[in-house]
Amino acid sequence: MPRLVSHPDEVKIVSRRFGMGATSIDRYLELGGYEPVKKCLAQGPEWIIEEIKASGLRGRGGAGFSTGMKWSFVPKQSAKPKYILVNGDESEPGTCKDHLIFLHDPHAVIEGTIIAGLAVGAKMGFIYLRGEYRYLLEIMERAVADAYERGFLGSKIFGSEAEFQIVTQTGAGAYEVGEESALMESLEGKRGIPRIKPPFPAVVGLYGGPTVINNAETIATVPHIIAMGAAAYAALGTPRNGGTRLFCISGHVERPGVYELPLGYNLKKMIYEVAGGIPDGHKLKAVVPGGSSTPVLLPEEIDIGMDFDQVGKAGSMLGSGGVVVIDDHTCMVEFALRIISFYAHESCGWCIPCREGTDWLKKSLTRFHAGFGSLSDIDNIQYLAENMLGRTFCPLGDAAAMPTIAFVKKFRKEFEDHLNGKPCPYAREGVPQLTVV
Amino acid sequence: MSPKSKKEKSKSAPVFSAELAARFDALVEKYPVKRSALIPMLLYAQDEAGYLSDAVVAEVARRIGITELEVRDVASYYSMLRFKPAGRYNIQVCTNISCMLRGAYEVSERFQEELGIGPQGVTPDGLFSLEEVECIGACCWAPAVQVNYDFHDEIRPDHVLGILSGYRGKIRPAEKDPAKEPAKGTPPHA
Repeated sequence: MPRLVSHPDEVKIVSRRFGMGATSIDRYLELGGYEPVKKCLAQGPEWIIEEIKASGLRGRGGAGFSTGMKWSFVPKQSAKPKYILVNGDESEPGTCKDHLIFLHDPHAVIEGTIIAGLAVGAKMGFIYLRGEYRYLLEIMERAVADAYERGFLGSKIFGSEAEFQIVTQTGAGAYEVGEESALMESLEGKRGIPRIKPPFPAVVGLYGGPTVINNAETIATVPHIIAMGAAAYAALGTPRNGGTRLFCISGHVERPGVYELPLGYNLKKMIYEVAGGIPDGHKLKAVVPGGSSTPVLLPEEIDIGMDFDQVGKAGSMLGSGGVVVIDDHTCMVEFALRIISFYAHESCGWCIPCREGTDWLKKSLTRFHAGFGSLSDIDNIQYLAENMLGRTFCPLGDAAAMPTIAFVKKFRKEFEDHLNGKPCPYAREGVPQLTVV
Repeated sequence: MSPKSKKEKSKSAPVFSAELAARFDALVEKYPVKRSALIPMLLYAQDEAGYLSDAVVAEVARRIGITELEVRDVASYYSMLRFKPAGRYNIQVCTNISCMLRGAYEVSERFQEELGIGPQGVTPDGLFSLEEVECIGACCWAPAVQVNYDFHDEIRPDHVLGILSGYRGKIRPAEKDPAKEPAKGTPPHA
């Protein structure tokens, strides 16, 4: 069972029921669960959408798009059925928050999905979990079955005239499936390659019907917003960045864990106070602020508020909330290589700049880290990455290119330290250096 | 495939157990489109058979109503699906950034030493296989290891022997005799 952490600065909204036995439907009801959805049934779709818009809730998957706006794009009339699709494919390295939501509060995901369905007029929702989360899928399946048994799901939910069905779905190992159109392809039983946009999923999505795709954390937040009121939720964060989010602090910190903090919380404080600072007397070298695809920040760049706008202004992204802390005993070339190896493995291969670009970058960085690089390679790595930017169908190409560019620009000296056959200055003890035959 | 060989095949044991067949029948009912059951079914079938053998691919294709080629096309995309057997206990060491920073490669190396196999190998007795995998969503509890579907959090190299003996202890005594060790390709989740 993953360890839960706590800190006095936390504001527990989404994580309010963690560790309280809320996987049991009776316990969930005791803790105020399924009251928000009843309120939504009484108030109607326009009210729900306005409330979510007013809360300032922005997508927790990475892009940070306004959830209320996204819902409002779904046409009221549609010849084809509408769908809600919950993205629990959680695969961005550094991110493990949905893991805890499924583990501790599965009914919040169900309730949020029903509310989204009421808001846009969908009668069916899918909750897609990554294949590795089998034990969490079983928890979700149990919760869905319990909700059906109580009449919270089915043809006349909560005794109303509304219908809502939920189907849980397992993936089978693919980062790319976290991209919304690839997710729909996967749910339709195909390879997870992205679709061309437009049309956007709100118009033509799953099985050709209008579809809302939200991250699991976004959906699990919705019932809490309805319960506490949009204004109260928005007030917790910063302007245009409503509420709190689950920050996954990992890497070189004393107390790694998932902490729920208000948007706009200072990053430096997050690392040194909430997570207890860097262990072993080491110093901070770099921070990846929002999952592996977000450009790295230097120690002098981290005195910023963690909201979408401030991190953007600092040249990076808030992304999925995965804060990866790196100490001064780490080789940044090796770190860059590890990230690009991941993207090379996960590229779906559909568009060339991503498929070939990630592979070339991986080869160049492998050679470079082994001490067989040349000075011109440093510029070539940057040039190659820059030419991937914006030239792919889905954001995976950018996700691979953006961090690579930042590593080269911000840690050029470390790249130069690997030149002329010099061994990696930070090589881990006992790990043999690569050799070229 | 000739008609004759098809006939012969139908006489042999069914590819899916009764339980798996029932699961499939329940699953396809849930979706607006039958094919949506493809990926979950491949994974569940793999859980039972150990890997996607030719027979499993053919059976899934027949039940969904698509060609074997289409099944292979989809299955080859997903990293958890495999076309050859793994060990009964498939050890997956996450080596992505959060785990790497906290010593995942040292954990993988210890597994390699103890099992005498490489980072993508299978032990000769078919009991264990090892994989270095991408992020498994346990970054705050790094380094993380998954054995089949079980998560093991905050693993140090000195935990490796304990994990291995825990799984060895799950094997029935009759199977412990190397002479009676199940042949390669035995279902990993039997």
